Amino acid sequence: MPPSIALHDSAHGADITIVAIHAGEELASRLRALGFRVGRRLRVIRRAPLGGPIHVRLNTTDVMLRAADARAIEVAPAA
Amino acid sequence: MKRIALLGMPNSGKSTLFNRLTGARARVGNWPGVTVDLTSARILIGGHMVELVDLPGIYDLRGLTEDERVATEFLSKHPVDLLLVVLNATQIDRQLGLAVEAASLGVPVLVLLNMADEAARYGVEIDVPLLSRKLDLPMVKASAKYGDGMPEASRLMARLLDGAEPARAARIDLQRLQEPAIEAAAEAALAAAVRHPIMLSGTLTDRIDRFALHPWLGPVLFVAALYLVFKGVFVLGQPLQTGVTAILDAARAAWLAPALHGLPAWARGLLLDGVYGGLSTVAAFVPLIVLFFFFMALVEDSGYLSRAAFLVDSWMSRLGLDGRSFVMLLMGFGCNVPALMGTRIMRSRALRLLTMLTIPLSLCSARLQVFLFIIAAVFPAAQAPWALVSLYLVSIAAAVLTALLFKGRFTSNEPFVLELPPYRLPTVSHVVLRGWQEVRHFLHRATRFIVAGVVLVWLLTNLPLGAASAGPDTWAGTFGRWLDPLLSPAGIDQRLAVALLFGFVAKEVMIGAMAVIFAAQGDALSHVLAQQMDLTAAYSFMLFTLLYTPCLSTVATLRQESRSVGYTVLAVAWPLVLAWGVAVLFYQGARALGF
Repeated sequence: MPPSIALHDSAHGADITIVAIHAGEELASRLRALGFRVGRRLRVIRRAPLGGPIHVRLNTTDVMLRAADARAIEVAPAA
Repeated sequence: MKRIALLGMPNSGKSTLFNRLTGARARVGNWPGVTVDLTSARILIGGHMVELVDLPGIYDLRGLTEDERVATEFLSKHPVDLLLVVLNATQIDRQLGLAVEAASLGVPVLVLLNMADEAARYGVEIDVPLLSRKLDLPMVKASAKYGDGMPEASRLMARLLDGAEPARAARIDLQRLQEPAIEAAAEAALAAAVRHPIMLSGTLTDRIDRFALHPWLGPVLFVAALYLVFKGVFVLGQPLQTGVTAILDAARAAWLAPALHGLPAWARGLLLDGVYGGLSTVAAFVPLIVLFFFFMALVEDSGYLSRAAFLVDSWMSRLGLDGRSFVMLLMGFGCNVPALMGTRIMRSRALRLLTMLTIPLSLCSARLQVFLFIIAAVFPAAQAPWALVSLYLVSIAAAVLTALLFKGRFTSNEPFVLELPPYRLPTVSHVVLRGWQEVRHFLHRATRFIVAGVVLVWLLTNLPLGAASAGPDTWAGTFGRWLDPLLSPAGIDQRLAVALLFGFVAKEVMIGAMAVIFAAQGDALSHVLAQQMDLTAAYSFMLFTLLYTPCLSTVATLRQESRSVGYTVLAVAWPLVLAWGVAVLFYQGARALGF
């Protein structure tokens, strides 16, 4: 199994899979509602300059999240 | 009368559906046990008179955010005959869970799969009858925006109301909502009845985002878009505002003043300058609010607003604010009132309150009029532009300072995870309705407060009877003398203190007030001001005017939007303290340096 990294550190363009979500209750429920689940595929589309938010895509939903929140999501390259 | 509650996630087209069903009949109102105003409307569905209540957009029923609490509180306290759950059909893969949660509440549920047109375009295929059978929930596919499927939706609602048992309140059972069975039921139904594309790419939205979110092109486009909106609101709004004022003044001169001719002078003054003046102040805001929300609805409905948030977030997060705060803060430079109302797009209350604390410090167009007059009167032509530019910089610095100072008190605990919806064409009817609703909301809530304030200032500047209006013998004059020890360190004399009192009504009134106080109009007033104030005193007075207590309409809006007297007091007191501190510091500093 390939090593997992924080979503925040993953390169953009490639498909990745969510391995784990280490979030507080509030962030976890928001992420769940927007479609973040362990095992889901997603793609990093872009990140805003100067440490701004990152833009990711899950199926038909595009989401932006702050770097601090993106650290809570552990991902690995998609099979 | 029957009651239907409307429930859905943000970006599910819930407000479009609400407007489609109710037209312009919506009312904003209080509900016992619920902490925010909810919009509702009475409509006829089948043979039933129905009260349709629009609940805040929420992601799930067990959430902890304010909106989610409001929705569950409403549902557990107020009986409903039917819960209409709106889902964005394009995103059914993640939204269906909300419908399953709603089904567990013990109230009848109808699921409306909205944006069916967009879902078809994106290749999302839903077998509605099968999905409906799997979850044992009535379901209908529709497009609230274009109206497809809406007659069918109304028929279904009517049929469900026909057979409904007496309305009941929901049983919110958090334990049950958290059970994995809910998610599993949604997943199983999705697997059976929905075909969903794996990863959507190469859409029109993608192509636009390549420019709109580009590292350097994006901010350029953002500034251009903001400039256009700003120009649109104020280039169109100011002539309208002037027009409304001119019509009201003409009506006053032609009809009202002659009609009140028989009354004693004080009663005429109170009615004309107090009550009618107050109503005119309110009316002058109407064109600005309509236009502002017209453009805001365009920006919001098109999906661009969250892109703007994406672009400036790295700056704003350091101030405890977010990108949407930035947009509203900039709009405040036109007029604080609609900008404050616009903060309603933010879900987190703490974030909203912090943003609303900074907006009144934006140098609005009313203050600009005052500064242009004073600068032209007192400053040499070579220094005039710099004086004005520096005031804008002070305004921005004051907003930044305020955010930094208060971000600890108003800390948003909401995670900043926002959806970037696809770009959509806004519909004319929705944009127009939005402007109309906001104006009605403003008139409903702010009129009495503003009229009372204007009357109060009139009384202060005209009583006791027989004193010259705004003269030293009036209560306002006495007030000015009391304030003298406080204001003279800032180089502001008693008469200017009375002008500041007028500025509380509306900043643009200050020039007119000074004309009365110094008994000089236009050029003559400029002349008097130039004699009264040197550069240092004039600049100190402008600093004070820029920062002190926001105008009455702004205060009324702060109170209306925060629904908190304590917060309103803070929002009035803090700028006053800041204004005094900055003006005294500047005046004493400049004098000490020999200016």
